[in-house]
Formats: sequence, structure tokens, C-alpha cells
Amino acid sequence: MTKPVTLTINGIQVEAPPGTLIVDAAKKVGFDIPVFCYHPKMEPVGMCRECLVEIGRPVIDRATGEAVLEEDGSPKIQFGSKLELACATPVSPGMVVLGKSDNAKAGRDDILEFLLTSHPLDCPICDKGGECPLQDLTMAWGPGVSRFLYEEKQHLAKRYPLGELIMLDRERCIQCGRCVRFQDIFADDRVIGFSQRGRSLEIVSYSEPGFDSYWSGNTTDICPVGALTTMDFRFGARPWELRLAASICSQCAVGCNLALNVRREVVTGGDWVVKRVMPRQNEEVNEIWICDKGRFGHHYAEQGPKRLEQPLVRKNGELQPASWDEALDLIAERFGSAGAGLFTLAGSRLANEDLFNLDQLTRRLGGKTGLYTHMGGGKLTTQVGLTPGSNFKDLGGGGENEPPDAVLVVGCDLEEEAPVWWLLLRQAAKRGAAVIALNPRATKLDRDARFSLRYPFGSAAAAVLAMTSSLSQKPHDLPESIQDLSRNPDLKAAAKAFAEARNALVIFGSEGMGLAESAALAQACANLLLTTGHTGKPNNGLLGAWPRANEQGAWELGWEADANLLEHLSQAEALYIVAADPVNDDAAFQSAFGSDKFVVVQDLYLSQTARLADVVLPVQSWIEREGSYTSGGRRVQRFYPAIQSTTAMPPKTEAPGVRRASVLTGSVPELQGPQADFAIPSLIAERLQMDGLNHSSAAAVFAQIGETVPVFAGLTYQKLAEVHEQWPIVGRADMYYGGTLYENTQGLGVQLELARTGAPAQPQPAWSQVEDFRLPKLGLMAFPVTRLYDQGSTLMHTELLHQRIGESFVVLNGFDAARLKISHGGKARITFNTSAQSVIVQVRLDAALPERVVLVPRSFGLSIDAPTPVEVRPAG
Amino acid sequence: MFAVELARGLATTLRELVAKPVTVQYPEEKRPVSRRFKGRHELKRYDNGLEKCIGCSLCASACPSDAIFVEAAENTDEERYSPGERYARVYEINMMRCIFCGYCEDACPTEAIVLGDNYELSFYDRRNSIYDKSMLIDPVAEGGKPTPQKVEPGVFTRSIPVMKNPQD
Ligand code: SF4
Ligand code: SF4
Ligand code: SF4
Ligand code: SF4
Ligand code: FES
Repeated sequence: MTKPVTLTINGIQVEAPPGTLIVDAAKKVGFDIPVFCYHPKMEPVGMCRECLVEIGRPVIDRATGEAVLEEDGSPKIQFGSKLELACATPVSPGMVVLGKSDNAKAGRDDILEFLLTSHPLDCPICDKGGECPLQDLTMAWGPGVSRFLYEEKQHLAKRYPLGELIMLDRERCIQCGRCVRFQDIFADDRVIGFSQRGRSLEIVSYSEPGFDSYWSGNTTDICPVGALTTMDFRFGARPWELRLAASICSQCAVGCNLALNVRREVVTGGDWVVKRVMPRQNEEVNEIWICDKGRFGHHYAEQGPKRLEQPLVRKNGELQPASWDEALDLIAERFGSAGAGLFTLAGSRLANEDLFNLDQLTRRLGGKTGLYTHMGGGKLTTQVGLTPGSNFKDLGGGGENEPPDAVLVVGCDLEEEAPVWWLLLRQAAKRGAAVIALNPRATKLDRDARFSLRYPFGSAAAAVLAMTSSLSQKPHDLPESIQDLSRNPDLKAAAKAFAEARNALVIFGSEGMGLAESAALAQACANLLLTTGHTGKPNNGLLGAWPRANEQGAWELGWEADANLLEHLSQAEALYIVAADPVNDDAAFQSAFGSDKFVVVQDLYLSQTARLADVVLPVQSWIEREGSYTSGGRRVQRFYPAIQSTTAMPPKTEAPGVRRASVLTGSVPELQGPQADFAIPSLIAERLQMDGLNHSSAAAVFAQIGETVPVFAGLTYQKLAEVHEQWPIVGRADMYYGGTLYENTQGLGVQLELARTGAPAQPQPAWSQVEDFRLPKLGLMAFPVTRLYDQGSTLMHTELLHQRIGESFVVLNGFDAARLKISHGGKARITFNTSAQSVIVQVRLDAALPERVVLVPRSFGLSIDAPTPVEVRPAG
Repeated sequence: MFAVELARGLATTLRELVAKPVTVQYPEEKRPVSRRFKGRHELKRYDNGLEKCIGCSLCASACPSDAIFVEAAENTDEERYSPGERYARVYEINMMRCIFCGYCEDACPTEAIVLGDNYELSFYDRRNSIYDKSMLIDPVAEGGKPTPQKVEPGVFTRSIPVMKNPQD
């Protein structure tokens, strides 16, 4: 530990680690030094000069090296002749900082006066107005009047869209460079920059479409003025009119902490509306960043005309509106008689509470459950996953005499599958962590990886096996396909770095893999971790880049991916399908829905599967209810209701007294409108005279999870809501410091302990028999890949993103394309040999792709869940 | 003595008998209000018919009784309501809450909301106490066009209309 430095700021003595900048140290004495260009997550650049302070340093006698003393025995302090930058000056022993002296105040005042000479003062209509650093700092430190001529203000382009997501107002920019630096340092998408100089300096976007980055929304949070704002919120409300609901992103396994800003509106008839989604600080999950999918992709959860509002029951072959009582009675009767013939299929968009109750109901009836996913291996993450105290922020270059940390990312296009993990890993790599990217093709992670290694498509597990094998004295028999890779000296070096690392973790994804392949990969990864001893301690272990928010939670609660889904669906007597739409993903599932089968679908919208159901039940979306998700990092986090589902209330015409009366008379008011997913299985159980299921509140169900599921032992909603102070301190009144994100006062969540399965996890013997996968000699092979922006049924509700999502496409290599006479952007007919689906899609070319490989993005209307032979022919 | 008193009294009676009556025949006849009277709000327009209100909600935030509700939207040259980028899509004042303090008037950056002379605010139903934009906005002046207007592109390029300082 290096000794902290003692200095005096505004007359108060404070200790700070050496290297701390004055601006950060001043936070400790509660003094907010005004800043524009400095941001606590980025290196200082000293561009705006708003942070001026007076700095004095003790005078040292050159001859003796001793501090010169005043007559009264105190050290003599020498002040500089000029004001200095608090954001770019590190603390030094004995330093005296005057932040509120007349000199410092005058300096700030002058800088503000200069900034305002070119500022349009659009405050009344500016989306930043009310939470604007320039506004706030002008009020606090600025001049009341300007000595400059109003007529000489600089006029630049206003209302200048940078693509469809971000609006730029060039006049408002104060040239702090935060946005440009964020894009360089964090996003690594250098798509915006400065052009011209001096007063004519402008922000420009180099990309087509404009501001082409998954991270663009973050620049609107850190821009200290209203120069960058989002199109989604444009003129949506004034910031002070918004209320806040803490939430967790429902789009991927990272589990970013969100703040949903809501208010009631006239146009919705007085209903609550989510006006914008903002990041909420959690230094152990997403720090202060979120990706644009999380920021703009929430619209599916809003109320809208397409949402299901009341139960539908099939009568005379048609789905017709029915009351909850009618629907639930029917379900209870049919599920009761089906008993062990019940099969419950659940999607992992569901919260822990929902999955628990669904599992309870099915299990007590003797039925079977299945998790609807294309990715396997989750069981292993519960045994060798992350443990409490793990944090991407701790990964780095190790200390003195300590090797750096290592992260292996395998079979995963990390920015597409778990965006914020990619962002945090890039920072870890900059701190010195050894990132090993082991993928079948180039991904953005390669730029920051110390080792970028390639394996042939289909050989992910074999590639990890080769890595493990290179560490052992007695090399294993490796499949033929991986021989080239196993001879690569970089693989050996990477394996060595991994084995010797202080901490090591593995992130695996589903790039080019289906359920079986990713499960095999997970096993190979677990074996690597176990043989190198990187399990069971913080910052070591296996992470899955799951396709949905609560997949980890599902595995922790005992759900397992179903490898024989079609068979199980076909054999079941009754089906209970929740938050899953298999028929939409693959029409082949249609065959499982025979006429004698009783099918219940529980969803937000009338999905393709729901159209085949006997009973359809409407549910509340994640923003309308309470619940908890378990992130890929095994952190259980709570989300809170943001808007009230008004349709879930008794009809508006009912006099308010009636509800109160029901409390007195003990009569239960009739259920109306969508219900929470966890409540419905419990309501069914109630009708089956089954006890032990609870639907009084999400908290009660979670308490039950804490009592019955060992890994959740002792957890309650209160525990999940605990917070401790985080550094940097952001989201308070000094929004100029961290940006307009929110402080976390609603809970940081709790990381789960590892599942204790009796004996400690051991490498599986079967691991050395990884199948030798080869591309067929003839014909093309399609591999599924994940894109962040897809045509999935949730994201398509965000119209703003439609252009970025684009049309359905496949990626071909240049050689095959030339042979098939298809050019980039051309059309081709794709026929899957297994499902016989045949569609016309756009073709994109990738020269680096191996021959005979076709990449097919998931959730783009093409039924692909595993590598499949495919036929491609030019069309039109 | 009595006769004197009687005469005096009768004189008063006689004088009042011929004096001009103070009673105003409301509602047929209305008394003028003072210059600084604060009655029902009016949303003002420019002479060309465009609305002065830019939907900034500053009136709503200044209001001590939370009587105003504003929802904003963006102008386009095809559908232009106000000269700037933003206009009030919804503008409502709950007259039952309003205490006629005039803070909204003071807060307004464009002098769009002005407390007028109308004091006839009575309703049978509390819902009717909410005055919406169509009830508050002034009629279009002669020569002006109603909103939304279709205008030439490139004419209205500022975020906020350029304004002169208040005159009085
Ligand atoms: S757009 Fe905003 S963040 Fe970017 S340089 Fe200008 S003021 Fe700074
Ligand atoms: S990284 Fe994942 S969890 Fe975070 S905002 Fe993006 S989609 Fe949501
Ligand atoms: S006059 Fe006063 S109380 Fe009435 S709406 Fe305006 S600010 Fe509110
Ligand atoms: S009336 Fe004035 S203060 Fe109120 S929203 Fe309109 S412009 Fe803003
Ligand atoms: S120069 Fe210090 S904050 Fe900008």
C-alpha cells in the first residue's frame, strides 16, 4: 500500500492516495469543483479550464531538503502566480488548495462568460435544460451579465441529426471533447470527431449511418450541454417532471442497472409512460454505461394496442375473450387431468419468481419443465461460475510480482452478445489484463486482445481442449480439425498466460453453435478452469453470454435447456408455454400442436404460438411489475414497477368505495387485465387445491426462493436493496461531474455463492472425446450468429431502431459468392436442408470468412438454432 | 328637531332617487376591470397566427399550485405551430387549482401565457375546470393563418424565436 498524501482543500485537511487528482480529492471534503471536460472515468485533458483553483505548495529549502517554516512554525506555502487546473493536477504532500478564493471564483466566472459568448441559450426548449451542467455552473459561478455583444454570437447548424438516434445542435457544443473521447476510449468506434478550429469547431460524424455505434446514447449522458440528445426522448418532458423507477435491463445477460424515467401524460389518457431509460450506477455490473439496445429497446414493454389485455379461450375453433375465472378453471381442470403429461416450456425473459412458481406448479403435478434457449452449459456456470466479490473492474495487470489477470472469450462475438461486458473487458485489457479471443472469425474484441486465435467453424470445444492439452505433459489426441491451431505457438502462450494468471475467467457464447455444441464448449471451458485451478474464488470462473436477461437465474433455479424439445412438445398431453414463441422461430414446431392437446400460452402479445393455443393469458411486462433477475455474473438484482398497468386495475367506472368494501366483506374482487407471470401458476395451483405457491407479492415468492433453493439461501428483497458508497460519486446534484446518469440508492444486488453439489466439481472424463467436426466436402454449412440488433419480437417494437436492424441477411465469403454469382447487397434464396425453410434474403460478403461457411443471424426470420447444411442460390 | 331630521333623511332619499344607480346589470352588462386584473389565462399568438407558446413547461414549474400541465412535441415545416423547434401539444390549466397569482406569466420566456380579463369561470362538473389549449388560445388575428401551418423550409431555423425584451 502506498502512503496516502495529506493536503488541505478549502482549509480542510484530507488524505488521498498519491496520483489522485485534486478534483477527485475535493469530493472527499464535500467540495464540488466545477468541471466540463473532465470526467471521472476518463483521463483529464484540460480543455475547458473551468476547474481553476489556487494551489500553494510548501517551500522546500534546496540545501537541506527541509520544508521552510514561517515564524509561527507552520510550513511556508508558495502560491503560483496563475490559477491551476484541479482536473489535471495530482495531489502532493502539504499542498494547499483554495477552491473558493476570490481569484478562483473570478477565473471560473471569466471562463463561463467566454463559453456563453457562443452559446445560444436555448434552455427553455433544450432537452438538457434542468439537468444541464452549463446552466448549473453558470448559476453557481457565472456572471449575471455578459460584456460581449449578443449580435456577435456564433451561429452554427441547429437540429443536425447524427443518424436516427442522436440529435446534434452544433451551436450548443462547448467543445469539451467528452463525446469524442468516450467513443475513442470506451466504445472504440471512432465515428465522431471535431472538424474546423476555434469558434467554428464542429462535431461531425464520419459514418454511414451517422453515429454508427452501439454506445451512442452514453454520449448524451456525459455531454455537459444539450448538444447531443437522443431522438427517443426529444422534447418528451422536462427532466424535473420525471419520476424515477429503478430497473434492470431485460435485453441481455449483463444485467445493467437502469433508471426508468416516467410521468403521466394526457395523450395516454392519464396513464404512466416511460419517457426515457437512463443508466444507474453499479460499479460491479455496468459502471455508468449502457448500450443503445438497453436504452431504446424497452418499447415492447409499454402498453399498446397490440398488447394482450384479457384472457382468450378457444371456443368453436376461435380464440375469444373470456374472464380470468373461466380461463383459470379450464386450465386447472385440464392440467389436473394431464398430471405427469404436463410440459412447461419457459423463456428466460422471465424473472426468478416466475420461473420458481412455474417450476413448483409443474413439479407438483408430476410434469416436466424445459428452458427455451439455444445455449447450453448453464449447469456448469452454477458450479464453476463467478463467486461473490467478483468484478470486472478488479481485472488488470496484476501487482508487483503478480502475473496479470486473464480472460478467455471463446465462441462469442462479445460486443454483439453481451455489450457491456465487452466494454468493461476493453478497459481491463488497457489495465493490463491478458484477453484471449478464441473465435472462428474476427470480432471487435480482437483489437484489445493480447492473443487473437482462430479455430475452424464447429470446433470451439476442440479449440479449448487444444489449449488445455498444451498445458499438460501428456498431450491429448486432438481432433483433426484443430491440428493447425494446436501447433500455433500463440495458443501455447495464451494457455500459459491463462494458467499462470492471478485470476482467470472464461466467457463463452453461442457463435456458430446450437444447444449441444455450446454445452460441449462449456464443459471444455470448465475443464480448463478446473485443471488450471481457476474456480471457486472471486474473479475466477465460467460466464455464459446468455441470449436473455435471466437465463443464469433459470439454471440456478434448476431449469435446464431442452435438447429434445420437439419430442417433448409432441408427447405432452398439456403444454404450458410461457414467454416463448417456438413456432415463430421454427415452423417445424407447429406439428407438435395437435388438436387433442391442451395448450396454454402466457405472453405479452398474441405470438405465433399463442395463435395455436387453447387458452392465452395476458401478462404484465417487466416495467409494470416487480421481480428479480440473475445476471450472467450471478448477481441477483431487483427491478421495481415503473408504470402501473391500468388495465390490471378494476374498471375505471367502478366507484372507489366498492374495492374498499371488498376488504370488509372478504369478497375477492374479480381479476382484471394482465397479471404478473409469477401470479398465474399460483392462481392455477389455488384452483387445484395445491398449497405452497404464493402470489401475494414478488417479495413473498422471493422469500420462498430464499428458503427453498440452496444457492439463494438467506436472500431477501431487503438484501438485494442494500447499497454501499460507490466511487466515483456520481448522479448527485453535481451532474457536470459524472453526467446525467443516476446514483444507485435502490440496491446493488447480491452475487450468489456457488452451488454445492456434494463433491467439488471435477473435470469431466468425457472432455477429451470432443467430436471431430468437419465441414461437409460439398455444399455450404450455415452457422447461427447473434446480432445485438435483431428482428426479434421485442426489439421490433422500437421503431427508432428499424433502420439499424435492417433487413434479413446472410454473410457469405467472397469465393462462394463469386462461384454463385452473388454480389454484396444482392439477393439470394436460402434453403435449409433440415427444416426445408426457403426464403429470399440479402447477402453480405465477408472476405475473411472461410469457404463454404454461411453466417445466418439469429432472430432474423430464418429458422436456425444449430449448424445446418444450407443451399444458397442467387435470386432476382 | 324631529322635522329637521326628517327633512334631512328625505333629502337623502330624494337625492338617491334621482342619482345614477350603482347596480350593474350583470351578466347583460359588465364592469370594466382594472389594467392589472388577473383573470382567465390566454395563450397568445403572433400576428401571423403562429402560437407564442413553445411548450417549455416553465409556467408549469413556476406555478405554486401545480395547475398547469404541458406536453411538448416537435414542429416541422409541414406542420408548424410555433416559430421555434418545440410547441405545446397539450396545454391544460386546472382553474380550480389556479390562485391567479400570475407566476406563470412571469415565468414564460415568450410572453405566451397572459392572465386576461375573463373572470367568468364557473362549472357544474370538476372535470370542466380543466381548460385545455383550444379553450385558452386566442383566435387568429386578421391576416394570420390558423395552426398548424405549412411553411417554406429554411425560414424557421432557430430553436427559440428571437425575441425583443418586454416593453413595459
Ligand atoms: S457535443 Fe457535447 S460532449 Fe461533445 S464536445 Fe460538444 S459539448 Fe462536449
Ligand atoms: S449490455 Fe445488455 S443488459 Fe446492458 S444495456 Fe445493453 S442489452 Fe441491456
Ligand atoms: S396564475 Fe399562478 S396559480 Fe394560476 S396557473 Fe398561473 S402560476 Fe399557477
Ligand atoms: S406558456 Fe410560456 S412558459 Fe408555458 S409552456 Fe408555453 S412558452 Fe413555456
Ligand atoms: S480543464 Fe479541468 S475540467 Fe476542463
